[in-house]
Amino acid sequence: MNLTLHVWRQKDVATPGKMVRYDAPNVNEHMSFLEMLDVVNEGLILRGEEPIAFEHDCREGICGSCGFMINGIAHGGFKNTTVCQLHMRHFADGDEVYIEPWRATAFPVMKDLIVDRSAFDRIIASGGYVSVSTGSAPDGNALPIRKQDSDLAMDAAACIGCGACVASCPNAAAALFTGAKISHLAHLPQGQPERKERSLRMVRQMNAELFGNCTNIGECEATCPKGIPIEVIASMNGDFLAASWQERPPVEIAGAG
Amino acid sequence: MATAALDSKLHRTLRFYEATNGKKTVMALTGAALWGFVIIHLLGNLQVFLGPGKLDQYGEALRATGALLWVARGGLLVCAALHITAALQLMALKAKARPQPYVKKVPTTSSYASRTMYLSGPVILAFIIYHLMHFTFGVPGIHPDFVEGAVHANLVKGLSQPLAAVLYLATMSMLLFHLYHGIWSMFQTIGLSHPRYTPLVKKAAAGIAIALAGGNIAIVVSVLLGIVK
Repeated sequence: MNLTLHVWRQKDVATPGKMVRYDAPNVNEHMSFLEMLDVVNEGLILRGEEPIAFEHDCREGICGSCGFMINGIAHGGFKNTTVCQLHMRHFADGDEVYIEPWRATAFPVMKDLIVDRSAFDRIIASGGYVSVSTGSAPDGNALPIRKQDSDLAMDAAACIGCGACVASCPNAAAALFTGAKISHLAHLPQGQPERKERSLRMVRQMNAELFGNCTNIGECEATCPKGIPIEVIASMNGDFLAASWQERPPVEIAGAG
Repeated sequence: MATAALDSKLHRTLRFYEATNGKKTVMALTGAALWGFVIIHLLGNLQVFLGPGKLDQYGEALRATGALLWVARGGLLVCAALHITAALQLMALKAKARPQPYVKKVPTTSSYASRTMYLSGPVILAFIIYHLMHFTFGVPGIHPDFVEGAVHANLVKGLSQPLAAVLYLATMSMLLFHLYHGIWSMFQTIGLSHPRYTPLVKKAAAGIAIALAGGNIAIVVSVLLGIVK
């Protein structure tokens, strides 16, 4: 099949970009979307032009590196699918395909389709950790965890941090991402000691990064390649409320000598 | 990028409100209060179907409560002010969070109601101002023949103006959407979500929104059809 691509080209973070039209001839329906771009890029390189820059790593839908908007929908709009797992058989000969990077102040475009998602890393660093005793390895199964809770924790932990939730949110909110990280630890006993401070810290960091605000629209859940539900956002909201309510005034701590 | 400090000199209430989650909680709680007002307002107005005298008596009874009425009005005004302030601040953040729009962006599963909250909200605000001038203050030129205390007659005359009736009907349909998303959304905002109950909450929100908007629409339509005279 032959496609017409409209791709966002941007030299670097400081230079304004624009949409550029490319022909993608002889696209094989068995290619993934990224492989189709690889072939287009080979053509560009042969012509002496700059190839289209996009992020990718595992190409198995599990690493979270790839992702951009395809025809106005994050990852192209197929359920639980990253762009590397999206195959060209879903397109038809003659289709016009619009390809744009995630757009958010917190995700500056570095080059073409690559955005800087280190804001996510800073949200994780602000509270997405647990305290553990170091030393010898703990006994397996020494800590009983209810099956339903471990399942919910695993579901939330499936987040690969691709950024599609921010990209598809009309408010450019990071509530699904932050909610997934908070909910993941909130369901486990290991996450309890820091649970309250975690929700306060991570929400405040999310705000400091200038992500927008969740208005419960649900576009994030629909485009999340890991199918994470907005229930995790409610979980974050509940933790934040409880933690804000229970936050105690600072007191002088009597040290042990 | 600035790192959010956990210790802050701000008072904890302001610290709470400073976060987007705090603003959303304020919107949910004030929204709930305003929703309560919409229910009571409709129940009061439905007395128009009980005959001409009833609504006038109800109006008198409300005014007889004196200070209590002003406490309720003050409370509603504070709720509306907080609701609007938080909405404006969140709208400003939305603009800051994505200054460069997409060339192409297609909504997938989100409801029309959820995507138009920032439109239905201002429409309802403008309507409330108009509505107060129409039936509470009876501003000449806006209401054709306003008589203080003659609630029933004012209502019938006011809604018999075709332009006014159209305005009421149009705004009530926006209120329906605003209430639907607002009612289920407030549960999500304060942290209540469950795969078993949330679908029911959404259905109930739709039913309640339709009933509330429908009740108000029934009054306008009844006046237009001459059922209420």
